[in-house]
Amino acid sequence: MQHIIVVGNGMVGYKFCEKFVEKAESKDFKITVFGEEPRPAYDRVHLSEFFESQNAKALEMATAEWYADNNIDLITGERVADINRTSKTITTARDRDFSYDYLVLATGSSPFVPPIKGVEKEGVFVYRTIEDLEGMLAYAAKLKAEKPDARAAVLGGGLLGLEAGKAVMDMGLEPHIVEFAPKLMPRQLDSRSSQVLKLKLESIGLNIHLSKATNQVLGDGAITGMEFGEDDFLDVDMLIVSAGIRPRDELGRACGLEVGVRGGIVVDNTMKTSDENIYAIGEIALYNQMIYGLVAPGYDMAAVAVEQIIGNTEAVMPADIDMSTKLKLIGVDVASFGEPFMPASKGHSIIFENKTQHLYKRINVSLDGKTLLGGILVGDASDYSMLHQVYLNAMAIPEDPSQLILPASEGGAVLGDVMDLPDEAQICSCESVTKGQICGVIENGEATDLAGVVSCTKAGTGCGGCKPMVADLTNATLKSLGIEVKDSVCEHFDLNRQDLYKIIQVKGYKKFNEVLDNHGNGGHGCELCKPLIASLMASIHADTANEEYAIQDSNDRFLANIQRNGTYSVVPRVPGGEITPDKLIALGEIAKKYDLYTKITGGVRIDLFGATLNQLPLIWKELISHGFESGHAYGKSLRTVKTCVGSTWCRYGMDESVSFGIELENRYRGIRAPHKIKGGVSGCIRECAEARGKDFGLIAVEGGWNLYVGGNGGANPRHAELFAEQIDNETVIKYLDRYLMFYMRTAKPLQRTAAWQERLEGGLDYLKEVIIEDKLGIAEDLEKEMQTLVNKFECEWTQAVNNPEMMKRFNHFINSEDEDENLVFVPMRDQKMPEPWV
Amino acid sequence: METILDKYKATEVENVNVWFKAASVNDFPKDGGACVKYKEKQIAVFNFERLGKWYACQNLCPHKMEMVLSRGMIGDDKGIPKVACPLHKKTFSLETGENLNSDLDAIAVYPVKVEAGYVYIGFEE
Repeated sequence: MQHIIVVGNGMVGYKFCEKFVEKAESKDFKITVFGEEPRPAYDRVHLSEFFESQNAKALEMATAEWYADNNIDLITGERVADINRTSKTITTARDRDFSYDYLVLATGSSPFVPPIKGVEKEGVFVYRTIEDLEGMLAYAAKLKAEKPDARAAVLGGGLLGLEAGKAVMDMGLEPHIVEFAPKLMPRQLDSRSSQVLKLKLESIGLNIHLSKATNQVLGDGAITGMEFGEDDFLDVDMLIVSAGIRPRDELGRACGLEVGVRGGIVVDNTMKTSDENIYAIGEIALYNQMIYGLVAPGYDMAAVAVEQIIGNTEAVMPADIDMSTKLKLIGVDVASFGEPFMPASKGHSIIFENKTQHLYKRINVSLDGKTLLGGILVGDASDYSMLHQVYLNAMAIPEDPSQLILPASEGGAVLGDVMDLPDEAQICSCESVTKGQICGVIENGEATDLAGVVSCTKAGTGCGGCKPMVADLTNATLKSLGIEVKDSVCEHFDLNRQDLYKIIQVKGYKKFNEVLDNHGNGGHGCELCKPLIASLMASIHADTANEEYAIQDSNDRFLANIQRNGTYSVVPRVPGGEITPDKLIALGEIAKKYDLYTKITGGVRIDLFGATLNQLPLIWKELISHGFESGHAYGKSLRTVKTCVGSTWCRYGMDESVSFGIELENRYRGIRAPHKIKGGVSGCIRECAEARGKDFGLIAVEGGWNLYVGGNGGANPRHAELFAEQIDNETVIKYLDRYLMFYMRTAKPLQRTAAWQERLEGGLDYLKEVIIEDKLGIAEDLEKEMQTLVNKFECEWTQAVNNPEMMKRFNHFINSEDEDENLVFVPMRDQKMPEPWV
Repeated sequence: METILDKYKATEVENVNVWFKAASVNDFPKDGGACVKYKEKQIAVFNFERLGKWYACQNLCPHKMEMVLSRGMIGDDKGIPKVACPLHKKTFSLETGENLNSDLDAIAVYPVKVEAGYVYIGFEE
């Protein structure tokens, strides 16, 4: 049994282990892995996602159990301190010795911190490990508590620096990027594309400072600012240094391996260092006089080292390494491939630039116009995968190459079908998966859907950039085999939401079991199809959620939002946010009587938390007696129409936003939709109601209302898009009736308007044709259907409290009047909250 | 220390010593659940009408230790009758108590019988 020691448990070190244990020869070897970080290898490429999820586990490449199951000793938190090449042993920082037959160095790199005066001050961070991020989060939280408008700068406007800028935004600090060079992402972008990127990033709130050489970091103890030159300062409360990387080659250097002038351990194309028993892979390896800071070449190096160790000596690294990258930076697509900057002597560049839409596309073609040599895309990289394939496979390009990047409407976008690619075309460069392999696992029956393809081939599990193409290939291959690709709702139906909508409408089904028995697969339904069909029947028959309560999602069954400890929240409707003092007093008195935690919601109404199941009908009886009705805060339905005070009081108001908001909220209250819907009405362009952050928004302008559709907050904030201008109240209602009804008919389950609108073939223009020009001839039906829903509205809480049979639902026990005795509340400021979860 | 989970032990029908008369059949929703109080225990009982079967299990979801399973939706996962917790949609087999969509511990299930229009749940004590 031979012993391999892997030094470094980063992405590439892990990949070496993964590739090694897949080999039959691996049974003759024992692997020991050392990692100096406290946790097993994680996905550093997606590090910025940690700021959103704060879930380190989600980034893990493999669990600690995976290493144990594969007979790999993983030793984390212990750094290798020394290599003795003569005795073939290593010594760790805890003074333990281990001997090796093969040593694999995968120690990666560390952030380069330029020797700037004051860079050691408190509040200066680097961006590399989860521990770095945890440190930043703690510091940012402390800053914000003392200073709500705190600012943070990132030193470095490269790829990682901009990622760090996103992290600063996610932490809620004012973000600044400081770059020494006169352009952003100097390694990937040319000056013009960098300028377009800068405009785009500025439009979303990033402050960008170019050509700034930082002389010193200011502050006593903690950072307070940066100084660039005489009278040139930037006040900041935190600094993240992202000024490049340096290979962690100190181990190799100390034991006398050959190293490069600017660092990195020299390797040949077999990944061997100057010692034939020692390999170096990833960001520490100096190959072709270059350090490759991308994950795909690192993975290739890991694969080569594996083959070499098991004796496959013909497996070597290619001489040319593809440095193409595509990424989404703060929601902005940026990609470069092949030779992004090309000297004029080698070919011609074709450039498309549209600064108003923050778009830039450049392709470089050979002098004879026949071959694609490289290019840059900013703002929209949807063509990247195809262009990259055309480049990699030297495929033929159109006679007029500009068609490759021109918008489709101008005769462009003539790229072929994904199925036209040659079988050897590499689709996933991180995992080296070809088109042939992807199609192959479907053709031989190993995989029957996208999830199967991903688990069989690992395609798309690295940077994820190829996922859309893998999905397209999967669907096209399934289709070519005569297998229908359906977005069915769950295992109980081979139908999608739109199919079910039509079936229920035509057949008039009123019971879940009728739909399941006549159109299902013979099962008994589940938590996916039951609430979906309940929602469809509510939309189609204008019923409330009381109609068949056992198929409703828990919240619709009890007409309240279930909270963390199984109690509920109560939200009465306050249309447009307008409420009388008497009603406010009534809310306060009821909340006090039942000891409910009280808070103003994001939709500017009042939420009463901590009601037990038994209390819900008692509370609602009292609310209804004071003139309140259900606020439907629990359903996939209209929440609120938020309004500013408008011309009723405001000296700038152009129209009565409150009156119109109330009218709209009352019109659409109670209707069930694929997801929740919110609206907003602002009385002028200052937009105090934040209407453009809603599914539908109105802004009063000279001569009427501007109507916006498809906005939302949430995980992917979207501004609603301008749909119609200067229209009157009646036209607004006409368009909204049609828009909402069309959405309810055709969206997928739990798809909000923004995602629905974005995926509609033909986009917003098509939507305008359907809604405004009535291209499909359905406008009248849509309006009629909506009017029926409006006419048949009933408050479901009023129904429930007046019906003794329905009231039975609201008991914790079926055989006792007792309350759940397991509820424990603890004090929170002057109110209460459920005991925290352990 | 005895935890709240220790109160619930899966019970086989041959070990039943007490058949607790819970409520009338008509008190339970069809194809849905309700919670029965028995001594210190909370038991979720489901009338799976489509299968013509009744099921009982602990009301406690082992994920976050909240008393909510009786308020979950029922259905099947490739033929296995299941309940989905209303809090985070963790699903459990109503036959064996096994967690079907992650790696939580199984929940305790209890035998149910229906006699003369009443629902009885079987306990060891």
